[in-house]
This record gives sequence, C-alpha cells and structure tokens, in this order.
Amino acid sequence: MTDFLLELRCEEIPARMQVKASDDLARLFADELAKAGLKPSAIDSFVTPRRLALIARDLPLETAAVSEEFKGPRTSAPAQALDGFLRKTGLTQDQLEERDGVWFAVVNKPGRAAADVLAQAVPAVIRAFPWPKSMRWGAASQTTESLRWVRPLKGIVTILGEQLVDIEMEGLRSGYATLGHRFHHPGEITIGGAHDYLEKLRACHVIASHQERQAIIAAKADEAAAAHGYSVIEDKGLVAENAGLTEWPVPLLGDFDPAFLEVPPEVIQLTLRINQKYFVLRDTDGNLAPAFICTANIEAKDGGAAIIAGNRKVLAARLSDARFFWEQDRKTSLADHAKKLERITFHEKLGTVADKVERVAKLARWLVEEGIVGASAPAKAGAQGDEAQPNSGLLPLQEHCGAELATLAEQAARLCKADLVTEMVGEFPELQGVMGGYYARAEDLPDAVADAIRDHYKPVGQGDDVPTAPVTVAVSLADKLDTITSFFGIDEKPTGSKDPFALRRAALGIIQLVIKNDLRLRLLDLIIYVSRGNEGDFTQRFVFEDNFRDWLKAGGEGDLAAVNGILLRGNGLALLDFFADRLKVQQKEAGVRHDLIDAVFALGGEDDLVRLLARVKALQSFVATDDGANLLAGYKRAANILKKDAPDLSSARHPGLEPGSRFFDDAEGSGTPDQVRGDDAADALSYTHEPAEADLITALDAAEPRAAQAVAEERFEDAMTALATLRAPIDAFFDSVTVNDPDPDKRASRLALLARVRDAVHNVADFSKIAG
Amino acid sequence: MATSKALSFQDLILTLHAYWGKQGCVILQPYDMEVGAGTFHPATTLRSLGPDAWNAAYVQPSRRPTDGRYGENPNRLQHYYQYQVIMKPSPANLQELYLGSLVEIGIDPLVHDIRFVEDDWESPTLGAWGLGWEVWCDGMEVTQFTYFQQMGGFDCKPVAGELTYGLERLAMYIQGVDSVYDLKFNDAGVTYGDVFLENERQMSKWNFEVADTDKLLRWFKDCRAEYDQCIDRGVPLAAFEQAIKASHTFNLLQARGVISVQERASYMGQVRDMARGSCEAWMKHNGWAA
Repeated sequence: MTDFLLELRCEEIPARMQVKASDDLARLFADELAKAGLKPSAIDSFVTPRRLALIARDLPLETAAVSEEFKGPRTSAPAQALDGFLRKTGLTQDQLEERDGVWFAVVNKPGRAAADVLAQAVPAVIRAFPWPKSMRWGAASQTTESLRWVRPLKGIVTILGEQLVDIEMEGLRSGYATLGHRFHHPGEITIGGAHDYLEKLRACHVIASHQERQAIIAAKADEAAAAHGYSVIEDKGLVAENAGLTEWPVPLLGDFDPAFLEVPPEVIQLTLRINQKYFVLRDTDGNLAPAFICTANIEAKDGGAAIIAGNRKVLAARLSDARFFWEQDRKTSLADHAKKLERITFHEKLGTVADKVERVAKLARWLVEEGIVGASAPAKAGAQGDEAQPNSGLLPLQEHCGAELATLAEQAARLCKADLVTEMVGEFPELQGVMGGYYARAEDLPDAVADAIRDHYKPVGQGDDVPTAPVTVAVSLADKLDTITSFFGIDEKPTGSKDPFALRRAALGIIQLVIKNDLRLRLLDLIIYVSRGNEGDFTQRFVFEDNFRDWLKAGGEGDLAAVNGILLRGNGLALLDFFADRLKVQQKEAGVRHDLIDAVFALGGEDDLVRLLARVKALQSFVATDDGANLLAGYKRAANILKKDAPDLSSARHPGLEPGSRFFDDAEGSGTPDQVRGDDAADALSYTHEPAEADLITALDAAEPRAAQAVAEERFEDAMTALATLRAPIDAFFDSVTVNDPDPDKRASRLALLARVRDAVHNVADFSKIAG
Repeated sequence: MATSKALSFQDLILTLHAYWGKQGCVILQPYDMEVGAGTFHPATTLRSLGPDAWNAAYVQPSRRPTDGRYGENPNRLQHYYQYQVIMKPSPANLQELYLGSLVEIGIDPLVHDIRFVEDDWESPTLGAWGLGWEVWCDGMEVTQFTYFQQMGGFDCKPVAGELTYGLERLAMYIQGVDSVYDLKFNDAGVTYGDVFLENERQMSKWNFEVADTDKLLRWFKDCRAEYDQCIDRGVPLAAFEQAIKASHTFNLLQARGVISVQERASYMGQVRDMARGSCEAWMKHNGWAA
C-alpha cells in the first residue's frame, strides 16, 4: 500500500473553473483506476491557478489477478464456429477445455503493477478532461489533433510512493520537478512524493488547497477590516474567485475618497466587486465604508504599499467614471431618455422597446382599471352595481384612488425601461431598474413610481422578493404579461429545453405576483384584452374561432362562462396550457404533492390561478385528515366498481369543450347530461332502498348542493367539509349493500348511486388522480 | 509608482522594441491605415494563418471614433497606441518572456501584484477567437494575452501567441499621472497633451459632427466593390486593405449615429465577409489547406 501523487501544472486556469476541475480530476482518475481494478482508500484533490493535483491514498502495488471463462461452441459444431471462437479469445485449440461436449476458454489475467495502471490512467484522464473551453498551443499545434487543455499544460508529476511513474505524452515527460510561486520561487523544486508535496509547496509560497486559501482570504480580510473599524460584506463567491486568482493570497485594505459615496451604493459595490474583485466594507452604522480590500498574490517587499496605491488609483478612475455617468444621466429626464428607446429593437417582429413600453403602459392601466391590481379598488367596475351603498360617501374617494393608481401605474410603466439607454446601465447592465429608480427619485417623481421602476423586474426567480406595492405590481405584471402574450402572438413559444426569451421565468414571476398579492387575474380576460389590438381587431395576435370572435365583436362583456360555445384555438389555447404547466412546476417546487395538483388541474374549466391554488391547498389539508383519507378510499372503491361493471358510467367528468383544453367549463358549469342520475332513477324504482343505501342518498342530497355552493363561493374548505359527511354513509354502504345484485334494476340503481358519489367528489377535485 | 527614472512615453516604446527585438521579433512600423486595433495589422491577421514561423512586434495607432471625448476625458481617446507582439508558434515560455518585458520597463513583480485573469478574446468581424487573459498590475488591466485558435474562420496551425499592451495606460501607471495628457512624451519637457490634445478635439468633432455621411456611405460601398475586384484579380493583401477601410468607415458611420439597429447587423456582416474572404484568398494564394 502506498500513496500516489499527481500534479498537472499549466498556465493560469480561469478562477471560475477551478473547483469543478478539481472534482473532475478526482472523479475521472478514480474511474480509470476502477476499470483496472485498483481502488485507493481516499483521493484528496488540490487546485491553484497553476496546478491541478491529487493524492490517492493507500493504493495496492498491484491489481488482483483475475480469471475469466468464456463459453464456446459445441464440440460437434462446424469448424468455422470453433475458428471464430479461437480468433475471439486469441487461444489455440489445445488451450481450450472440453466440458460435456462444449468448448470453454479460460483466460487468466495476472495482476498488473499499479505503476503500469497509473502510466495508462493518467494520459487517459488528461485526454478526456472535460474543460468547458480548451485550446491548442505551441509547435505541436501545427495539427488540430494536438492535445487540448484549458491553457498550455506545462508539467506532469507522477510519483507512486517515491518512485516516478514514467509518462510521456505530447512532448511532456513526467518527473519529480514542479514550480513554486511564480514570483517568490521561480526556480524548480523537487518533490519526493505525496508525503512532502504540500509542505514543499507551502515553503515555496504556494497553498495547494483551494479551501485553505479561501479560509485565509476570509479571515485576513475580516482582520484588516476590523483594524479600521469596518466589517466585510460577506461574499462567498468573491472569496472563492480570489482563491482562484492566487497561490499565496494576501488581502490588503485601501481607501477611496468619501466624496464618491454620493454615487448610489449599488454602483460602488458593483465597481468594487465585479470590475476589481474587491471586498466591499461597511462601517459600524451599516453604511458603505470608503474603503476596499483587494487580494494580492504576493508578500510584497514594501509590505503592499505600492499595490494599495496602484489599486486606489485604478479604483478612483473607475469611480470617477461612475460619478460622471451619475451626473451625466441626471441631466436628462427619464421621459427624454425613454424617447431613445425607439432606436432599440425589442424583437424583429415586435417592434422597438418603445413599442413594448407603450403596450406595457396600457396594460398596466388596464390591470388597475379592471380591478385586478389595487388592494382597495372594487373587484369590477360593474360589481358595485347601482344599489345605494351605506358607505357610498366613500365611493368617489375609492374611485379617485383607483384612477390615481391607474395613472401612476401608467406613468411608471412609461418610464420603467428608460434607464436602459443611460450611461450607467450601459456600463452596469445588472443595474437596470435600480438606476431608473434613483433617477426617478432625483427628478422628484412620486415614490410609488420610483419604486415601481426600480422593482418592476422582480421577481426574477424562485426566492426573489415579490413586489406588493400596487403600482409596482401593476408594472411588473404588465411587463411580464406583455412579454409572454407578445411572443406567443408571433408563435415564439418555448419548446423543450429552448426558451430563448425566458418566457418560463416571466410566467413564474407572474404566478408569484398573483399568489403573493391574491390577484384575481382571469387569463381569458387578458387574452381578450391583448387580442383586441388598437381597433378591436381580434385577428391580430391570437386566433379565435369565428363564433367567439363574433361574441367579442358584439361587445364581449359579461361573464365568459355564460357564453355558449366559447372556443379559441391556436396560440390563445397554448398560452392557457403554458400557464397551467408553469403553475404545476411552481407548485411542485413549492413542495405540493404533484398528484394533488393533477387532481385539481384534471377538472379543467379554470383560468383563475388564485382560485386554482386555493382548491389545491384545501385539498392538501383535507387528504391529510382521517375523513379525507377514508373518503378517498371510498371514492376509489366506487370508481373501481364503476370502471369494471359500468364502463358507460365510468368516464370521469372532463368538461373541456375543446379537446386538450384544461380550462373550459361548459355552459352549465357542472353537467353530466348523458349520465343516469341516481335521483332520477330513484323515482322509478321498483324496490325499497336498503337502509345504508337510503342513508347515502340522503347524505348525497345534503352534501352535493352544499359542496357545489361552497365551490361556487370559493369556500373550498367548506366544500371539503361537506364531502367529508359522505365518508360514513359510503363506508356503511360498502359494508352492507351488494352493488352487483342479481336484480338488474337494483344493480343499475346502485351503480348510478356510486356514479353520483364520484361526481359529487369531482365538484372539488378528480380524486382518481390522488395517490394512496 | 512614479519614480525619478520612470520611462517617458517614447522610451517605453523604445524599451519594448529593444526587448522584443532581442527575442527574435521583427520590429515593424505601424500599418499606414486607420484600424481599430493592432490585431487588424496584416502582420497579425494574415500572418497568424499558415504554417510558417513568424515573430513580430510593432506599435499600432488605433482609432475608435466613438471613444472620442473632445480631449475632455483623462482616460478616453479616439486615437491611441497599442503595442503588439505576435509569436508563432507560441513559444513555451511566452508568459515568462512577457513578464520579462514588464521588469524591463520598471515593474518589479515582487512589489507590484501581477495577475493573469481569464479573458477570452473573440472578434466576430475577423472570424477569430482565442483563449487567454487580461494581465492585471495592481488591479489595472495592462495587457491582453491571447493564444489565437482561429483567424478568418480558419484554425490556426500552429497557434500564435498575441500580446497587446495599452501603451498610454501603462505609461500613466509607470509615470504616476492621472491624465493621459500629462504624460511625459520625452525627457525634454514635451507632454502627450502637447502632441495630441488638439488632435483629439478636432478629430472628435469631425468624427461626431462633421464627417460627411453621404460620402462615408459611398466610401463603404466603394470599398466593397474594390474588395470584390481585388479578390477576382488574386491580390488578397489588397483585398484585406479594403476590408480594413470598410471597417473604419463603418466605425465612423456609427460615431455619426446614422446607422439604424437593423442596418448595423448588415454592415457588420459585410465587413466580416470581406475580412474572412481576404483570409480565405490569402490561404489559397499561399497554397495552405484549411
């Protein structure tokens, strides 16, 4: 048993690739050894900008001998079969064994020296290394077949115990020599083996462990900050990046002119972190400190004075630029900046960013006017009715608030993209929105507008803050809805892994906004709105069936569910399904059981995300109760019997009018017109109900309307409670009533009763989708 | 890092010339046409193609019309100098040679923090890309270091190493001045501003305000037509010059703000076609297989 050291030395490896490269090296190496039957007790891997290394612990000196047996043709088989077998095994006939009329070949592979295995494994690992980007170099690159590596590979150290494993490839020959720190120890150092590798490197100003360098950087940066009464704003990514840029990290603190602090702190932070890879500091009050910490790669002769001076100068120049942009951008109002958006193409088929802004502004206003956004606004203008309200004195005020909100939302939307053409966002694209917010405040626009401009990109993924301020919600929602409906309108839908316009992320943002703010956004209303275009021309971006279009042209007011034969096809339908899919994904990520989601989605007829989720939530709590679990069991038993004995009754209710649609309820809302209803059948019964049967009918008569009404009023918990009353009668029914009675009337009646149970349950969810 | 014996701007150039001359480089003079970067010099673009060894160093004035600031910004110029080194095949010790040049111009790597920070290079215009770094000195980018992998859409066989020093920036650092115009051009009291400030003012004005856009548009078309003729008549070096001219004319049109977003892609596509076409014709002319 002995340890093996491998070092692959090369020119500077990009910082962002190092940790993965280190893991890849260990993995590929272990795989290669495993192929040969060699297994170390552990592999420790190391990475610096100039080297990838690993130490494989406790390798056996040779692999175990193996004996493999191959079965050949029968001895009576034609000669060609035997010849083929001999060719395959590389043996002669006298080396074969005959057993019961069949030839067998026994191939004994003796153990191999570990050194030989390693001599093959290392070049294989090097050639197969999965660098994200690799290159050719030097004289060997005369051909494109030459070795590829992330940057030129300069040296290989392969020592097993204290013995060199001799490897020669691509003009490189392995040896005992490596290099220390580029500047502190430019000469060669000779490594004895795994036992002295780390210490020898350390003596030559190289800390091989990435983790150790990270720890040093974090600790010394904290120390330097504390010495000046500051603290470091934690940034693990930056610590790792600096550990990837140094073999001997030396954090140094410098300061900058406090006058620069007038520039927004986000700008200063980005300048320090992204451009210069400096740590950002804060003072005891939590404000940004006029200082930075850079991480040098040397123990400088002058203690770092020249390095700090140089970095201060570079930073001052960058902060001067930033301040110049800050001053320059504010000389022009956001409204004037916004005019320049006419010059930026949003999408070839969708016009300029200015065109998009126009759409978003109108949509933001519509969202408020429709009462979709705006906490205190009435749900719908018409919903207030003409009835005298006791608090009618407040109504004008409310309307005023709504009107003001609509105006603010439209104003914010018109300005929300203006910062894209500012110098600062040109320099720091990641500050889009943030800078617009600052510029809006600087020209004394209302806070609600400035906040909306700042935050309208949010949320940008699961876990991001979800806006709640009404103006922000309106703009954020309008921006994302416009993006999705616009791209669907030109048939640019996400497919498979392709989502070039990030529509899925936009949809997730919309879902988060809707849930967080409890917004009653009917997707159909939205599709109708965006399809109207300017002239009420519905053919513009979505395709509807004629009768639907006619209805829309005739005014299109009123509740959609009241309109017969509402059909839409093409991208409008695709859009509804897209949202349904996104909602499922979002709910799954939020930890909701996917079968419960499926159970609710299977009902169809729903384009209101909030209501859909309320149903999922109620279902989730219900199935966790005893009643829920037992009702589910009863339901499943009923459904199974129906499936087996009454296939004509067994199709679950799927009310979508359009095949494939998950959203369309039919006009009556809950009809199963072709089915024999238990209550109708009961009138014509020629037999007396057994008690349990009668009890179930009574229970159904009570529970059905209660559940239906609760669903209509969106009291889904109550709907569940109503269904729960069925549990005991169902259990009793199955205990004492035989469904498959020889009397065909009884049998038909009881099957119909079970169908009724199932349909009642389907008021709430399709229980057949629920597991367990 | 100002020291009493900090190199003047011209001595910085002379020192680099002497150093790279000793490493076997041909010391060339600037190419006599307007280019946006030293890479456009045929000594880099065309000579990085093909199997022959080639080592050269030169100063290349670089023109970037949109970077003009009328002489009012201490760091931005519409005309500045790059120092360019090209070595093919890339020598095994190119990094060490480069670091040697820094020591030569007065940067001690045990006093100053020199780092190689990932920065891959790509020029869609030239159909070229390479991997390498920007070299930082105390947090400032002083050099672009690239191993060319492709040029004009062709694999580099062998690969060339390219170094591009930003001369003004390096000189400002060595001399410890905050404005490019305060640089000592020589040791006899002439500053960079004495030489170039008025040029920056006038050329910024011409680039942004004066240049006749109708003529520029015509020039671009003429370059394209002349390029076609050069290709037909088998003179790829001349064709490449037309690509260079077209590229600069396009940059001027950009500065004049007369190219719409949609047109921009088409102009860039034409320049790219000319640059690649020249490289292809050059390869063919020399009998090199792709």
